[in-house]
Amino acid sequence: MARKKTLHSNQPAKKRLKPEPYYFITPAIALLILFAVLPILIALVISFTDMDLRGITDWSNISFIGLENYRVLLSDPIFWTSLYNTFFYVIIGVPLVIICSLGAALLLNYGSNKLFQFFRVIYYMPAITNIVAIAVIWGFLYNVSYGLFNQILGFLNSGPVLWLEDPTIAKLSLIILAVWKGIGINMLIYLAALQAIPKDYYEAATIDGASRRLQFFKITFPLLGFATFFITVTTLIGWLQFFEEPFVMTQGGPLDGTISIALFIYETGFSYSNFGYAAAASFVLFVIIIIATLIQFKLRKTQEDL
Amino acid sequence: MAVNQRSKTEVGIVTVLLFVVGFILSIPFIWMLLSAFKPNAELIQLPVRILPQKWTLENFTRLFTEMNFAIYLRNTLILVGCSLIGLLLNAMAGYSFAKFRFKGNRPLFFLVLATMMIPGQVTMIPVYLILNQIGLTNTMTGIALPGLVAAFSIFLFKQFMSTIPDALLEAARLDGAGEFYIFFKLVLPMAKPILAVQGILAFIGAWNSFLWPLIVANSQDLYTLSVGLALLQGQAGENYALQMAGSAVMVVPILIVFAIFQKYIVNGFTMSGIK
Repeated sequence: MARKKTLHSNQPAKKRLKPEPYYFITPAIALLILFAVLPILIALVISFTDMDLRGITDWSNISFIGLENYRVLLSDPIFWTSLYNTFFYVIIGVPLVIICSLGAALLLNYGSNKLFQFFRVIYYMPAITNIVAIAVIWGFLYNVSYGLFNQILGFLNSGPVLWLEDPTIAKLSLIILAVWKGIGINMLIYLAALQAIPKDYYEAATIDGASRRLQFFKITFPLLGFATFFITVTTLIGWLQFFEEPFVMTQGGPLDGTISIALFIYETGFSYSNFGYAAAASFVLFVIIIIATLIQFKLRKTQEDL
Repeated sequence: MAVNQRSKTEVGIVTVLLFVVGFILSIPFIWMLLSAFKPNAELIQLPVRILPQKWTLENFTRLFTEMNFAIYLRNTLILVGCSLIGLLLNAMAGYSFAKFRFKGNRPLFFLVLATMMIPGQVTMIPVYLILNQIGLTNTMTGIALPGLVAAFSIFLFKQFMSTIPDALLEAARLDGAGEFYIFFKLVLPMAKPILAVQGILAFIGAWNSFLWPLIVANSQDLYTLSVGLALLQGQAGENYALQMAGSAVMVVPILIVFAIFQKYIVNGFTMSGIK
């Protein structure tokens, strides 16, 4: 009823402003504005100030310092380390997640009986489990002397590997864990996309004598284009915000070897209470995420134009 | 792939691969469970044994008697309860966006979608400052409130509610039903499938929430299970058996809930049209 009447904007104002729809949306919108929209503006403002713990208790302790935070940030070696680490995570982690989830989806798409449904649950399990519990479990697996991994390596007469104690190996160890956790949800998206491909395409290709390999590269992979795009964008954003794994497992160490931008922001903000400085760093991350996303969309567009 | 192409050996190979990969993926869970039932002394014994020599429940009882896990569990369950209130708010907003034409419908919906792109790291400091200003830091309300409403959830509700026929709502209105009556008695029961999916996802999210409770809670009385588990890792650094038991307390309930309801989640992805 409301729908048809309000289509015409020359209706009396009384009819157009029926109150009920506003009753329904107001709680949700108010919370979103308070905890998502307003914070963005506040973050931008405080990134131009020297706000810290004294600033919280008494606002007169806050002063406007312009771009100073951003200037200091660019000469902060830890910030650069965190940038380097984050890109390390992204460059190795994103392709690994995509390849592994596609592989898992292809395996699971092979059948649809109870066995395959059971394995769907098994493959999805890491994705829904709590990150702290996962970090604790994997921390034990990675333990140099008692961990299962080194025990197995010892059994095979190699190792021990210093999983979390060498800066570069520690980064790779965190990536292995995050890929294990990241497969589940992307696998489901690939699975949905695979099931949407019409079977006739493969039948026609088989009649024409196309090999299975050729079918994969000429039919399956191109038709998964949108799923791959969606997964790449969300995974990329996720890895740019890589936080919990280094936070719980390594606290950014050894020698800042695993600190990510998100962890850097958390530490400057909540461990050292440099809110202004942390807000500036968070905006740099925000800009990086926006740029990375825009590049993805741009690439996708040129791909479609070809 | 056409059915006639599959030979027996091929199906065999795929099944074996499924088993091997599935086993590798589950190793951390298997290892966690087996270790949780061992005395710690057995965990740091070399060479390692797979099965416990002596099964024990001591690790679990210690968690609840000495380590405050009962309080953490209570707080986590409160948070889960709050997330269901949030679910109702999201459903109401989704319904409104789907079924009413009102001034600001489209721009407000666009605003909701836009908030999905804001990274948590940008908002966490300002949200903390806002809560601090209104005196909600170190309270259960402060932990629950910022996560109540989720843009993605509103979006999914809107998609689903659009499919409810207008004629049905019209008929109810002609019969003199009020808007809230219609929503609670007519729309919500029809939205059961999407409520199930989102209920499970909200449950999992609240159960697993870690960073925000960690930031807002200063006292252990307000810690959730995951914060308590992180704390345990510091306290009982060398007691891996206790840590594995703590992890099991976190992981096993969620796996059970998921195993029971996984069908809804998988269907939810198809329903939401992510392909």
